[in-house]
Amino acid sequence: MKISSAFWTNLDQVFVLLQHWIEGFFPQWLQPAIGTVLAVVAIVAAFPGIFALTTVLERKGLGRIQNRLGPNRVGPLGILQPIADGIKSLTKEDIVPLTADAAVHFLAPVVLVIAVFLGFAVLPVGRNMVLVNLDAGLLFFFAIGASTELSIFMAGWSSRNKYSLLGAMRAVAQMISYEVPLLLSSVVAVMITGSLSTVKIVEAQSGFTGILPHWYVFTPWGFAGFVLFVIAALAETNRSPFDLPEGESELVAGYFTEYSGFKFALFFLGEYLAMFSIAGFAITLFLGGWGAPLSILGFIPSWAWFFAKLLAGILFFIWLRGTLPRLRQDQLMNFAWKFMLPMSLLNLLVAGAWRFLGDGWSRWVVCSAVLLVAYVLLGRVLMHHQHLGARSYRYAE
Amino acid sequence: MIFGLSIIFILTSILTVAGALAAALLKNLVHCALSLTVTFAGLALLYLQLDAQFAGFSQILVYIGAVAILVVFAILLTRGSGIPEYRNFSTSWFAGLAIAAGIFALLAWAVLKSLPTSVASAAPQVTVQQIGLALMSSYVLPLEIVAVLLTVALIGAVIVAMPESRDPKSNSTQGGAE
Repeated sequence: MKISSAFWTNLDQVFVLLQHWIEGFFPQWLQPAIGTVLAVVAIVAAFPGIFALTTVLERKGLGRIQNRLGPNRVGPLGILQPIADGIKSLTKEDIVPLTADAAVHFLAPVVLVIAVFLGFAVLPVGRNMVLVNLDAGLLFFFAIGASTELSIFMAGWSSRNKYSLLGAMRAVAQMISYEVPLLLSSVVAVMITGSLSTVKIVEAQSGFTGILPHWYVFTPWGFAGFVLFVIAALAETNRSPFDLPEGESELVAGYFTEYSGFKFALFFLGEYLAMFSIAGFAITLFLGGWGAPLSILGFIPSWAWFFAKLLAGILFFIWLRGTLPRLRQDQLMNFAWKFMLPMSLLNLLVAGAWRFLGDGWSRWVVCSAVLLVAYVLLGRVLMHHQHLGARSYRYAE
Repeated sequence: MIFGLSIIFILTSILTVAGALAAALLKNLVHCALSLTVTFAGLALLYLQLDAQFAGFSQILVYIGAVAILVVFAILLTRGSGIPEYRNFSTSWFAGLAIAAGIFALLAWAVLKSLPTSVASAAPQVTVQQIGLALMSSYVLPLEIVAVLLTVALIGAVIVAMPESRDPKSNSTQGGAE
């Protein structure tokens, strides 16, 4: 029994032990730098690997949902498709429009990918597995996430293409609008934990009652915060049903219309990595991070739990993409400012009330009732004013 | 260490100053705005070197995430972003120079006046939690005043953006969302 528990502990820390083992080959003064480089290499290798896996999953999954086969020619069941895609995008000609602003056109995908990779620095993917444990880790993530908007603007503006510019303007307007509920809905987890550090937020959720975990999603404010966060995250990463910026039926492909070859692949990579990092933060904030869902399953390594949850999140996003139709621009903005913002502000108050109502069942009843009533009333009022008819135009008639 | 300054500090300062110079000297307005963003990022890096994590990240969140976007939007929505036809150097360059020199002299005087007489010991360790507690206790009145100001600005923006005539009849017959 003793040997087996040591085995599971070592398996839990296998990547940390590997890092220390490789560090051991270098002189003392070089070891911190080598450790950092190793962690960065791991991040830069692991998440694009998941990206390759996700492209196949998404194409196969969407194929199933839309009653077709999806890719099935490269390798058994088409699982080698990402390799073919990668070789294709590397060998394709890189076309830059004649009137495009060459320097900004080149920089836009680079800035996007760098900014997105930086976000993974504060993401705890397992016990003792975080690149930097910043005191203001969550703030760092949102700051980095906000700077990706600029790269999208750069791409759209430098292409000198109407569709690109329209797509970029839509993307930036959408991302700014949904950044407010995204930030506000994550603040509840910070309020209850009392820290902006991602590691501390995960630790605060690591307890168990019986065999059930103390995840924030299992509280009224946590559940509301989680739902709001996921909706805002979908909009922030331009995923369906919020994929107006790249609506292929109206804008060709939005802000990356004029990109080809590997620069296009970089945009593709950047978008998917942004989705992984924001899903990772939803897991960290509300789903207990790398914690096991039941106390009896605690022997399974922490990193395995994190990546299992991440994969489940990705599958959920793919499922949504295959199911929901795209929103209209006015519906998008109405939803952000008239539903998401009031709900997330109310959720802040509810989280405060939860903190000060003390232990006992009364806070469960009060908090759930307030959120439920607000949800129903907001829905009623919004639907009442929503005259669902032909669209009326103010300027374009 | 060069002249008692660390190499990282020199690199970030060069980046910041180069961004600011480019913002002033480039011809294309959008290029100027993007160079200004480089300056904002350089300033954030300088804050981070001083162990001011909160200030550094807030700088990125507010200035790169919001102010830079606002600037490029303003450029695109007003004048277009092409290379301007008129000359970059206007006739009032002398007044501009005088104002710039005056502001520089004022700032330099303020900095020199506020220099500590002795070399400061280790920098104080300020955590985000301490900043939050200070904002909620001793600085709660300024915080509330800023909040009221921002709310007023938000409501003002909505009123400016609202359609001028709110005719209930046309609204109900036309239907649809605005």
